[in-house]
Amino acid sequence: MKLTHLQRLEAESMHILREVVAECERPVMLYSVGKDSATMLHLARKAFYPSPPPFPLLHVDTTWKFREMYAERDRIAQEAGMDLLVHQNPEAAALGINPFTHGSQVHTDMWKTQGLKQALDKYGFDAAFGGARRDEEKSRAKERIFSFRSAQHRWDPKHQRPELWKLYNARKNRNESIRVFPLSNWTELDIWQYIYLESIALVPLYYAAKRPVVERDGVLIMVDDERMPLREGETPQLRDVRFRTLGCYPLSGAFESTATTLPAIIQEMLLARTSEREGRIIDNDSAASMEKKKQEGYF
Amino acid sequence: MAPDPDLIATDIQQYLRQHENKSLLRFITCGSVDDGKSTVIGRLLFDSKMLFEDQLAAIEADSRKWGTQGGEIDFALLVDGLSAEREQGITIDVAYRFFSTDRRKFIVADTPGHEQYTRNMITGASTADVAVILTDARKGVLTQTRRHSYLVSLIGIRKVVLAINKMDLMDYGEKVFLDIVGQYTEFARQIGLTDITAIPLSALKGDNMIAPSGRMPWYRGPALLPWLETVEIDEARQQAGALRLPVQWVNRPNSEFRGYAGTLASGSVRPGERVRVQPSGRESTVARLVTTTGDLAEAVAGQSVTLTLTDEVDISRGDVLSSASNPAEVADQFEAMLVWMSEDAMLPGRPYLMKIGARTVSATITELKYKVNVNTLEHLAARTLDLNEIGACNLALDRVVAFDPYTVNRETGGFILIDRMTNNTVGAGMLHFALRRAHNIHLQHLDVDKVARAAQKRQRPAVIWFTGLSGSGKSTIANLVEKKLLALGNHSYLLDGDNIRHGLNKNLGFTDADRVENIRRVAEVARLMADAGLIVLTAFISPFRAERDLARGLMAPGEFVEIHVDTPLAVTEQRDVKGLYAKARRGELRNFTGIDSPYEAPENPELRVNTTDCTPEAAADLVIAKLRDLGVLG
Repeated sequence: MKLTHLQRLEAESMHILREVVAECERPVMLYSVGKDSATMLHLARKAFYPSPPPFPLLHVDTTWKFREMYAERDRIAQEAGMDLLVHQNPEAAALGINPFTHGSQVHTDMWKTQGLKQALDKYGFDAAFGGARRDEEKSRAKERIFSFRSAQHRWDPKHQRPELWKLYNARKNRNESIRVFPLSNWTELDIWQYIYLESIALVPLYYAAKRPVVERDGVLIMVDDERMPLREGETPQLRDVRFRTLGCYPLSGAFESTATTLPAIIQEMLLARTSEREGRIIDNDSAASMEKKKQEGYF
Repeated sequence: MAPDPDLIATDIQQYLRQHENKSLLRFITCGSVDDGKSTVIGRLLFDSKMLFEDQLAAIEADSRKWGTQGGEIDFALLVDGLSAEREQGITIDVAYRFFSTDRRKFIVADTPGHEQYTRNMITGASTADVAVILTDARKGVLTQTRRHSYLVSLIGIRKVVLAINKMDLMDYGEKVFLDIVGQYTEFARQIGLTDITAIPLSALKGDNMIAPSGRMPWYRGPALLPWLETVEIDEARQQAGALRLPVQWVNRPNSEFRGYAGTLASGSVRPGERVRVQPSGRESTVARLVTTTGDLAEAVAGQSVTLTLTDEVDISRGDVLSSASNPAEVADQFEAMLVWMSEDAMLPGRPYLMKIGARTVSATITELKYKVNVNTLEHLAARTLDLNEIGACNLALDRVVAFDPYTVNRETGGFILIDRMTNNTVGAGMLHFALRRAHNIHLQHLDVDKVARAAQKRQRPAVIWFTGLSGSGKSTIANLVEKKLLALGNHSYLLDGDNIRHGLNKNLGFTDADRVENIRRVAEVARLMADAGLIVLTAFISPFRAERDLARGLMAPGEFVEIHVDTPLAVTEQRDVKGLYAKARRGELRNFTGIDSPYEAPENPELRVNTTDCTPEAAADLVIAKLRDLGVLG
């Protein structure tokens, strides 16, 4: 029997998920409602079936996600029979941090980077699954599947443990924690193909629909709620748009599309030739920006 | 080859059906920056159209900033990830790259070529199906080429491409190519590599990368990418092997269901098949292969499964389910090849953790038979392995495990060693065979046992282990304690430097390796004496936690009493009873604990005494009081 590339990737991810559950005390799955999270959760349900995945889901919330994402998050947790923990950085809430006044960098750092550290410390999780892939960005290409963080949540790229065969060493020193990336070897196309084959439910924002958007600095931003301050001359227009990546709505670029089915989305992606992170505004700073963020504790 | 845009545009459903059935090939590229390795990979990514426009724009900008190709696209920049490396122009770690064509998805392990990165290359090669070994046409087969080939063969890769790059700089000459192939084939045969495809390339100019080059009409073999797309994967061989399923996790959602989850390391499995649980040897029959979408009729090597058995058998994580008619071997002593991956040298006698499959056990290297000079392949006598060194050794485990020789099965024959203190992965090994010794030495049953011997002496045997810096007062206190024991009517013996170093251990020096062996022998002697019913006192610096823990593990629970004579370095050095600290400070004495060799203080000793606050006499009284507390003394 010949195994396909998707079967091999699936088996590898399930193996990783089980190793962590077998070797760590308090694992958690970071769940961000996007397609990678949806795929990772789907794999977890397969890996532990008929048990539900034996760990909770953690959503590090920025309060600025799309409304449809919140609805999807609550639905999926219930369907999977898993506990859903939501953490919002109280400091960021008190300071009213938002992408409009404070810019994307401060916003991301306060809500996501600091919020994640707080949540992991608060619940004492020693291992956190994340949906990052090595093809997303160059510094990820060198990160291990089991990636260790110091008590201060820092990543040290120079002292990574060798990972041989399927033998993952999950032993930690006191106060260390592990970020585990079961989707490391998947590419964006693999994810889409798998979602299509396995009929994995996605938040509707990935599919084209008429949505109110404004064009700002060359990017289409969806006006998802009344908190978005409109600049002079900006009037939301209903256009057929969808998203390739999802985050905070003011930081997620939409693009015009009529793709309302998975095959149409994949077709569009293959013909478009623009990599997915371009829609994420945080990356445009510099080539080394992700590496810096990760050393500081960003997932 | 590259995704077909017409099909994508006209019939995406058909395209998706085709692509569902792609296979996956993992390969490693070996060679140094000078050989153009990054250029080869960058070119494959570029030519298979796996680059997006924004990545291309970024790479063009980077090429102007960092590039070495005079403003032209520097493909190497596509693959150099971390900014520190990019600035140094070298690759320091394993990076994984992805691209795919209509036929296959590829995962490339991109590893650096220098000798100091042997660790990284072994890591990248451990999951690879094939290897692409690069050489520079101007230089031919170098020491480095031989080293890479040896490592590739060591890790069990059978199919190799010898990519002779930079042919453009040698006028695309056939003779250059044939000479290098001739030299290489002879060497490769010696190290057991037989399936070799040599391809003349110019990665920079794109010759023989994607399609046959018109500039080398004399070459009739495949270009690199077509070879990678069609080379057979080891899949069939793996599936044809005997069933091996290391159990990762026992799935118990309720009392009705008990499933065993794991990834098949070899063979295949169907309901109704007889399986043996190893190492215990119990047998049962497979009942179901359970998935979210219904039961499977069969699962094969490479798949992750959850299965149930027809009987209630005791199975836990780390056990291996094997074909009952063709089970794995079971043993606790092995010969293996070991690649050392830590800056702290390998120490024979030190207990490490060994992870094999889903099982973690304690393992000790009992003998280093030789190390390999990776450049000349000579076998050299050695007592330790340093970072990036490779050697053949014997290993002893604290219990039996199921295994196959590495050449038969990478997954049931490969293991990692983990340091107990730092938790780092310090070594990777490949099992050769079991040492039969373990089976042939049967324990002689003795009628007079430890209990009987101790009862005759009317005492509880114990090992009172004094540890601390040189000059901390261990021997003085131990002497006083022994006097008190004698006075109380106990039978005891004191092991210390004077009666051990001059006799049993006179062949040992003071290197880390010798210190480990010294303490191992002391611990074994103490165990025998405790078995004889004695109260044993030991007074050795015993600087490493790992060996003290080993000693503790040899004794029965409650029998080992660790006393940390915790006199600070400043005080012991100032006392300097034997003048040793002064010598060490002058550099006349090497490896002196506390000066140029570490002392690892105990974390939870039974007792800690500090001779700066009390006299040796008072310290000895504290020890006696502790022994009463612990019930050692009545």
